[in-house]
Amino acid sequence: MATATPTTRSWYKRNEIAVTPWLFLLPGVLFFALYVIFPIFQSFWISFHEWDGLGEKTWVGTANYERLLGGDRKFETSFWNNIKWLILYLLAIPMGLSISLFLNQTVRGIRLYKSLFFFPFVISQVVVGLVFSWFYLPNDGLFDVITGLVGIDVRGGILGNPNTATYGIIAAGLWPQTAYCMILYLTGLNAVDPEQVEAARLDGAKGHKMLWYVIIPQLKPATFIAFVVTIIGALRSFDFIAVMTNGGPFGSTRVLSFYMFEESLSEFGFRMGYGAAIAVVLFCLMLIFITYFLWSMYQDEKGPR
Amino acid sequence: MFPKPIEKSSRSWQITYQMLLPVALIVWLLPLIAVAIFSIKPDADFVNGNYWGLPSSFEFFTNYGKVFFESDMPRYLWNSVLITVPTVIGCIILSSMTGFALGVYKFRGNLLTFFMFIAGNFVPFQILMVPVRDLTLSLNLYDTKLGLVLFHVAFQTGFCTLFMRNFIRALPFPLIEAARVEGVAEWRIFVFIVLPLMKPALAALSVLIFTFIWNDYFWAIVLTQGPDSQPVTAGITSFNSQFRAAYHLMSAGSIVAALPPVIMFFAMQKHFIAGLTLGAVK
Repeated sequence: MATATPTTRSWYKRNEIAVTPWLFLLPGVLFFALYVIFPIFQSFWISFHEWDGLGEKTWVGTANYERLLGGDRKFETSFWNNIKWLILYLLAIPMGLSISLFLNQTVRGIRLYKSLFFFPFVISQVVVGLVFSWFYLPNDGLFDVITGLVGIDVRGGILGNPNTATYGIIAAGLWPQTAYCMILYLTGLNAVDPEQVEAARLDGAKGHKMLWYVIIPQLKPATFIAFVVTIIGALRSFDFIAVMTNGGPFGSTRVLSFYMFEESLSEFGFRMGYGAAIAVVLFCLMLIFITYFLWSMYQDEKGPR
Repeated sequence: MFPKPIEKSSRSWQITYQMLLPVALIVWLLPLIAVAIFSIKPDADFVNGNYWGLPSSFEFFTNYGKVFFESDMPRYLWNSVLITVPTVIGCIILSSMTGFALGVYKFRGNLLTFFMFIAGNFVPFQILMVPVRDLTLSLNLYDTKLGLVLFHVAFQTGFCTLFMRNFIRALPFPLIEAARVEGVAEWRIFVFIVLPLMKPALAALSVLIFTFIWNDYFWAIVLTQGPDSQPVTAGITSFNSQFRAAYHLMSAGSIVAALPPVIMFFAMQKHFIAGLTLGAVK
């Protein structure tokens, strides 16, 4: 030991710059690999099996995928609901931009207004979901009371009617998401170059022309992040559905994330293999966006250090 | 500045704007205001169908008293604290190290490791669900707070690394080079030079992760069950089945469950927003 110590120390000293980063990375990378990276591959593996989560896995090849893509009605509903979520959730971006433009002033108390507008985002989605499900209650809910005044009556309430339930949930989800986009744009607007705005004003630009040709291009970084978090949020939607409708009425509000959970861990049984196959499909859908996000970030990184 | 500053516009528009602000806020927060009013109403109001009128009596103490003394709510809240706080600490420790390694050193695989963290951070939870649940079961940690904490720490390390690394990259690099010239050991550079400069990032991440973890619902129902270890987001659903259709109590319970991150947000607003809007400005 006594002779070994100096040599190891000098080896470390000689290679300090090369070794240190890996020592610092080790715990984080190991942990992340164990809980995030490996499970992705394991899920792919499990999706080729039939498995109840306890006993032996039985290899079934692509049977799960064949069943899934060969006319599983629940899967089809879930998939199309995911597409609805993706498209409608993006409304959070223009809505957030509008609110941020409305609030980007310097009157007294505006800071408090900004934080109060933002604060739906801080509340857990479970509570937002509950709040909205009471808001939508048939007959007694405030929404029904208000729409009743103009003579609209949704049969069974928004969430009780298969034609409207998904839209009702998406609207609830848009509430915190819009707040998030708003805060991104408020920060972005703060950094807009005042000289360019003044120059454009002297050239006679104003109103929506100014917004479109001068302001929005400068807000590009904020828009990118708003886009990333909104897409991720749309595909992760689970809490709202679980709390507000539990997939119903008649399974009309299922999305892939919810359907996967239902197949693998619910009173209907533990079909882990089938669940994993659904998760893989959702993952592949997400992968399209992840690739695009990473590619954009990589373009930025290539710049000089 | 855009839009045109309100001070420079006509007097009438200024007054309209000042009046529009509170109206817009009330409309925006309508669902929340409704729940706040629900939570101080007496039971009788709901029986009589007085959902949206004024409360017939002020029952703040009765309702919130029931939440705290006649339900499992305090236990769930305490579980949430015991899950959230260790997660925050664990994430901060791990990610300040990974962020330091990726932000300061040039080595092969740097960008690859960095992008692995970012990519992992974006994946849908469901692709991790079955294996992570299986792993937690085999570690004998199913239905324990520790099992939940370990997963959260690992997963949030992805986002935290992204955050820390970008923050450290923006620090003045000559400072580190100067220390190296002086012969300061690398780990001392981390502890005595970089870490003190990272305080704003640490504060921002702490509030963000606190909020994310407090509000987590999916992993809570996947990895735990029952009041021994479930956090308040999952507890609120069993609370609601205990008081089915008792809207005044369910509202009070929801408000209690949602409150800690709200307090955190208002107390540390600057850091919170700085964290969320990282990268929104170049």
